[in-house]
Amino acid sequence: MGGGWPQPIGVGMRFRQYGGDLSEVLLNLGLHDLHVALGGKMVPFAGYEMPVQYPAGVMKEHLHTRAAAGLFDVSHMGQVILRPKSSYEALALAFEALMPVDVLGLAEGRQRYGLFTNESGGILDDLMFANRGDHIFVVVNAACKTADIAHMRLYLGDEAEIIPVLDRGLLALQGPQAEAALARLLPEVVAMRFMDVAVLPWQGAELWISRSGYTGEDGFEISVPGAILLAFAEELLDQPEVMPIGLGARDSLRLEAGLCLYGHDIDTTTSPVEAGLTWAIQKARRAEGVREGGFPGETRILQELAEGPERLRVGLRPVGRGPMREHTDLFAEDGTPLGEVTSGGFGPSVEAPIAMGYVARAFAAIGTPLEGDVRGKRLAVNVVAMPFHPTTYKR
Amino acid sequence: MKYTKEHEWLRVEGDVVVVGITEHAATALGDVVFIELPEVETVVAEGDEVCVIESVKAASDILSPLDGEIVEVNTKLVDNPGLVNEDPTGVAWFFKIKIDDMSVLDALMDEDEYNDLIG
Repeated sequence: MGGGWPQPIGVGMRFRQYGGDLSEVLLNLGLHDLHVALGGKMVPFAGYEMPVQYPAGVMKEHLHTRAAAGLFDVSHMGQVILRPKSSYEALALAFEALMPVDVLGLAEGRQRYGLFTNESGGILDDLMFANRGDHIFVVVNAACKTADIAHMRLYLGDEAEIIPVLDRGLLALQGPQAEAALARLLPEVVAMRFMDVAVLPWQGAELWISRSGYTGEDGFEISVPGAILLAFAEELLDQPEVMPIGLGARDSLRLEAGLCLYGHDIDTTTSPVEAGLTWAIQKARRAEGVREGGFPGETRILQELAEGPERLRVGLRPVGRGPMREHTDLFAEDGTPLGEVTSGGFGPSVEAPIAMGYVARAFAAIGTPLEGDVRGKRLAVNVVAMPFHPTTYKR
Repeated sequence: MKYTKEHEWLRVEGDVVVVGITEHAATALGDVVFIELPEVETVVAEGDEVCVIESVKAASDILSPLDGEIVEVNTKLVDNPGLVNEDPTGVAWFFKIKIDDMSVLDALMDEDEYNDLIG
């Protein structure tokens, strides 16, 4: 792969950037020192060293995000620009050939959730993409970004320049007071609605902002040039509503919001239909849509849309106080094996254990009583609706 | 007070030993949300898994530090697992174990040795 994604070397948010084919430049995007100064407990994650929690702890960080505003460093995620070679429309159509998603119909200044699928209808990665007028901006998962870049270079290379954005960090500001906190720096964000994107100047640099996130709360994701990343993060942390939040609370927040974590709740074996992500497959790409099919795995995905999948991702609520963690085996009450938990833990806002997992479709109805095997004991767990905690997106 | 390398503390009360987890362990676990205690009168051997402790982050086992019989468990922890973070060496004891020979405690770490271990 020519000029691939720089490989992280595991010292904070530093990574090697390969300039040309010879010189290695150690580029520090860097909030590592800030995380350490804030008391962050640093752990390896997707090849980076990231804060899993700060001294407040996962529970308080989670609840603070739901009550006020939390700042997350998600700079490990992959930011990529797709710049069309012939026309935006040609690029949008080429991008649609990788996803069961309506790219062409996405208006300028709007962002949408997408999924790269494989030939067997599984999911290679989930992502966000935005129509920024003359190009598409994509944010992909950290663990998949190298593969995603290769995938896009291979399939979109004729229609687009695939440009990894290496000199920017990514921050998420989430929670009911995120708007108030960010508006003190950037008053224009008040006018944005859920999934709007905007480019706004701050201290002479360009911020790329979307009103989105992965916590179930209203909030923003902000792509920040490396040169001002520290200053911008400190400015946000100076706002009285804002507290730094680690990956631990990010996980419990997204679980309560019923959102999938790639590599756990969705992967190359799960189809978007099984995963309950049919809302991400717009009408234009479905049977009898204006651009029906034409994406990897269309046979399985269109068939599952028509007939229902064999299994489904469901929300799970253990009856007792004990969490059912990932890989807990799930059974019908008569002992028939049904599937397993793919994410599970304790929901600090729900104040109870919550989980999600896959079960055979006949057992996926809300209210179905199931059992989970926890340390050799069969414990009661019910299928429940998701999200576990109501979402508060500003639509 | 005596300590194990599994970060348990042990305190002698008459002919029983009270067992809990250290402040270091409680901090490392993070917010505790669930505790499963053994049945009273369970006969256990050193190294047996006797309790389950789940924090927001992960599940861990507490191993019996000694051979003996569980004579009492702290049911307060079941209703209020967060006590483990608030007062791990006081109100948040886990179980009391009756042992035949108190001299086995001599082989365990004292406070200075434990502090050296956790550095």
